[in-house]
Amino acid sequence: MQKVIEHAIAAEAFIADEARTDWHDETLWFVRQKRDKMVHGIPEWEQLRQLGSGIKDHTLSNLDTYLKEFEKNAQANGITVHWAADAEEHNTIILEIAKKNNVKQIVKSKSMLTEECHLNPFLISKGIEVVDTDLGERIVQLRNEAPSHIVLPAIHLKKQDVSDTFHKHLHTEKGNNDPQYLTESARLHLRHKFIEADLAITGVNFAVAETGGFVVCTNEGNADMGAHAAKIHIACMGIEKIIPKAEHLGVFLRLLTRSATGQPITTYSSHFHKPRKGQQMHVVIVDNGRSKQLGRSDFKNSLKCIRCAACFNTCPVYRRSGGHSYHNATAGPIGSILNPNINMRENADLPFASTLCGSCTNVCPVKINIHEQLWKWRQVLTEEGYTSSGKKAGMKGIAFVLSNPIVYRLSGKIGRWVLRHFPKLVNNRLNPWYKQRDMPEAPKESFREWYLKQKQS
Amino acid sequence: MSSRDTILKAVSQNKPEQVAIPAINVNNTYEGKNLATIFAGTLQFIGGIIKTINNFDDLKKEIEQKHLNHQFIVNTIPELGITDSEIDTESSAVELEKIEVSYIYGQLGVAENGSIWIDDTNLPNRLLPFICQHLVIILNTKNIVPNMHVAYSTINTFNTGYGLFIAGPSKTADIEQSLVIGAHGARSLTVYLLEN
Repeated sequence: MQKVIEHAIAAEAFIADEARTDWHDETLWFVRQKRDKMVHGIPEWEQLRQLGSGIKDHTLSNLDTYLKEFEKNAQANGITVHWAADAEEHNTIILEIAKKNNVKQIVKSKSMLTEECHLNPFLISKGIEVVDTDLGERIVQLRNEAPSHIVLPAIHLKKQDVSDTFHKHLHTEKGNNDPQYLTESARLHLRHKFIEADLAITGVNFAVAETGGFVVCTNEGNADMGAHAAKIHIACMGIEKIIPKAEHLGVFLRLLTRSATGQPITTYSSHFHKPRKGQQMHVVIVDNGRSKQLGRSDFKNSLKCIRCAACFNTCPVYRRSGGHSYHNATAGPIGSILNPNINMRENADLPFASTLCGSCTNVCPVKINIHEQLWKWRQVLTEEGYTSSGKKAGMKGIAFVLSNPIVYRLSGKIGRWVLRHFPKLVNNRLNPWYKQRDMPEAPKESFREWYLKQKQS
Repeated sequence: MSSRDTILKAVSQNKPEQVAIPAINVNNTYEGKNLATIFAGTLQFIGGIIKTINNFDDLKKEIEQKHLNHQFIVNTIPELGITDSEIDTESSAVELEKIEVSYIYGQLGVAENGSIWIDDTNLPNRLLPFICQHLVIILNTKNIVPNMHVAYSTINTFNTGYGLFIAGPSKTADIEQSLVIGAHGARSLTVYLLEN
């Protein structure tokens, strides 16, 4: 197991290239602005958010019933339903299906769950070829990297990087950075893969209890190209993907893509219900810690997430630290409240990768209180002893100063005096605040001193 | 205990207190507006091509012309005349990969997002709208609804084994956010709006 590099340290490496950091920041902010433009065109937007949130709240409070209803109806449709308690079981189920059917080649459309379960390296280690077919995912797969964003997997890369990668692996023209040309090359390369593959894996955006069907959304058409060409289709879903009825799709499909990329809807919103003649269709329902999160009253709301990534695009920390700094399949603010549930020790840094500005909560289409949960996680992680001793000592020190008026006034005085007379004493590398910024100019008097003077006069 | 039972048991123990289901009661903000005009505008915005027709005459000529030019077309609409191939569920991807243009019927259009519903009843093979290079959908203007709520109450989207909302041509912006039309699916979508 590779040692996890903490967010702050990985982010420091990311921002070392200032021009590239600015570009990353602006590109994601552009996506946020596209979202705003689209949302402002829907007068009933807030009503939709409220409905989306309410439907999810209701579903979570009856999740066992809806899971059973989905299973029963899916089976009646001719879909084989599997249950996986964790990542390992999920991967084993897929391997078994592949082995039983003598599968050599798999095409996979975007599924963050399979990333979470590290399915690709597992299948590849068993001698099965797995090709990611979403363009962004194919790019990062060829580079042996993880996606850095759940909707825009290659957002951390520039076109020159893609051109170099394609030149190396797909033998495209060296130095041709034209996105049109590069996309066309990937189209031709992946068409072969679609036609040759024996098995297609897709994710699930929504699974409908009432009908036993599921919906997969893509812009590229890769999920459908794979699923309809291969003789076996496996769709992988977390237990929280369930919604009660087909009519609820009306709410979620209106919210999802507008929040994600600022489009009114994805190009393809495919409703899978029954396998075609001669085809096998499987659904793997995965827990992997989700039922545990359901029981954490402060964090259960995170299971309402529909994976639009609006919280990524708006987050000032994500935009300036990049997805890889979060060392998980799902990065950004939502990832920072989902991942500590799976592994507290490894992900204890993530809830601190936030300014708690609340922008994530404001854009969330299902009204998850993301920034409040980040703050709650900080408390849980500190109580459980997962934060560094330096941070703990610092917090204790500040708590002592702030709760003792005399100490507070005295330290203020000392601080102002030091800053005015010996700024080098604090403006140095021993002070973490000094990185990238100077200490502020100290005023001659404190607010309290000024206030008392005003009162006298 | 099986994983199924373990998961269901954990969910049942950990699920929050009962919350009532909200009723979907969203206003139609397009009340009194021309839905075909809104639909056409949205579809163009998302990269689709729109043409309005009163009958099939011009379309028939177009297909004949393409046929004479040796373009491989698959037409699923009997009123439009010729087709170069009768495809079905058994047709292989290798076979279908050669299709230049396919013509299919759309059941319902949604004004707010420019999408069109089609399902197994319109598709002799599920790969057809994706694997062809160019897709043409014929949609009757009277079948355009204002929004997704009306769409879901008008048609049963799980009536057949498979169906989808198609909104424009296949696209991607995965390389530096530059929009490229023609990722894996059809490179273009032309919608003929049939007025009667």
